[in-house]
Amino acid sequence: MVTENDVEHIADLADIGMEPGELAPFTQQFNAILGYFDILDTVKGGDIPPHGQVNVMREDVVAPALPVEDVLRNAPASEDGFIKGPRVM
Amino acid sequence: MAGTLTFSPDDRFHAFLTTCRKTEYGDGPLCGIPVAVKDNISTKGIETTCASKILKGYIPPYDAHVVQLVRGAGAAVVGKTNMDEFGMGTTTENSAFGPTLNPWDDGRVPGGSSGGSAAAVASGMVPMALGTDTGGSIRCPAAFCGIVGLKPTYGRVSRYGLIAYANSLEQIGPMADSVANVSKLFSVIAGHDPRDSTSCARPYAHEPSADIQGLKIGIPNEYFGTGVDPSVADVVRKAIRRLEELGATTVPCSIPSMEYALAAYYVTCTSEASSNLARFDGIRYGPAADSKKAWHEAYREVRKAGFGPEVRRRILLGTFALSSGYYGKYYAKAQVARANVRADFLRILESVDVIVGPTMPTIAFRLAEKSDPLSMYLSDILTVPANLAGIPAISVPCGKSDGMPVGLQIMGRHFEDERVIDVAYAYEQAVSA
Repeated sequence: MVTENDVEHIADLADIGMEPGELAPFTQQFNAILGYFDILDTVKGGDIPPHGQVNVMREDVVAPALPVEDVLRNAPASEDGFIKGPRVM
Repeated sequence: MAGTLTFSPDDRFHAFLTTCRKTEYGDGPLCGIPVAVKDNISTKGIETTCASKILKGYIPPYDAHVVQLVRGAGAAVVGKTNMDEFGMGTTTENSAFGPTLNPWDDGRVPGGSSGGSAAAVASGMVPMALGTDTGGSIRCPAAFCGIVGLKPTYGRVSRYGLIAYANSLEQIGPMADSVANVSKLFSVIAGHDPRDSTSCARPYAHEPSADIQGLKIGIPNEYFGTGVDPSVADVVRKAIRRLEELGATTVPCSIPSMEYALAAYYVTCTSEASSNLARFDGIRYGPAADSKKAWHEAYREVRKAGFGPEVRRRILLGTFALSSGYYGKYYAKAQVARANVRADFLRILESVDVIVGPTMPTIAFRLAEKSDPLSMYLSDILTVPANLAGIPAISVPCGKSDGMPVGLQIMGRHFEDERVIDVAYAYEQAVSA
């Protein structure tokens, strides 16, 4: 059973934000959906690698890219050809 | 001959989010044909929003591979179609810009998530459109709106320029007013593209054939079981009898992994979504994050305001399924379940050529009929297996129930898209004769 505190914690991990009034309905829906997912407990085995495939690497090759001004056109804030983000500290 | 197409349709079903009044087109196999494109496929110079507030105003600086191809084939890209936000939904009601209505009954949904593309075709505004299918998003609206839609074999169409939701499941595919037009559009978009590392060198150059003499069809019990509306099942059974009259033979079969296929699908797609949608943070595109605030606080504000409830719910579910302590119970188990679904389909397809059943368990829902997320998810039960297995699947109209269209779903072996198209064509030709 997932609690409202759990949902709030997950919302923090996902940077999704949560209004106080949303917590109760989200938690109730979350539990109903997770209850349905419990059917996966009946699946036998658990050691099969996902898809049974391995990564195939190639050499990194420089290819043509979009002009900087085209890429920056959709950025809300930029400076000297760089994208401006919020402060880290 | 190249030219300019004027497009000013009466869009009373709200199929389009953006229309292009005048479009130049070139020469080629799709010369002058108006083609609608789902709004999660990048179009250079045309706003592309995924029906989300978080991408409002985003103008892609490049074309998706498929858009380059359809433009190169002479088509006129006349607009971008409505959808469930980021493809997350079964009705197109999850669009941030309002729902699309079903052209057969405007009190009902068109299906989703490619509901705008389906309604644009069904209402006659365009003969063909591009959709995307992660768990049924081409086939469901095709069935609900009475048109044809193909989810190609995974890898047959490049996903370059498709705004990702669940990479391991989704494919771009053709939707059209006839099987011949689905085939025509597919022949333009299929083939290898080095910019999608999962793309295969399997181009499509096939003329549909209506000869299905000797075809072996598997009929899975699970596609006619609990949850499937009996009147929808009856319409589909009649269509299968028609295929038998055309020379096909049918055998019953069973897909035991169907029991947990839907859970495996939702764990997988929400997990992939939680990772993919991390990029929407108001830094490179979308509404501005407040750069005076701290990193996480700024992100949270942008994402809370920009994403709708279903998108946020799926990001939360996926984050949870991947989180430490729950990964083994959810994500890892879902991948084993997925391998079992694939194995079941491959086993059955060793002894039959195609597997046939209904596309959707019911006809189109009434607007706002499904308000509970889980009951909405359950309606995808018949379409998600093809995405989990990576096999081709087509929906072709096969009659009506309660006055609304019903879709016949035909699934085939990997890279045998030609065969599912032929079976759909044979059926379509037989009933239109």
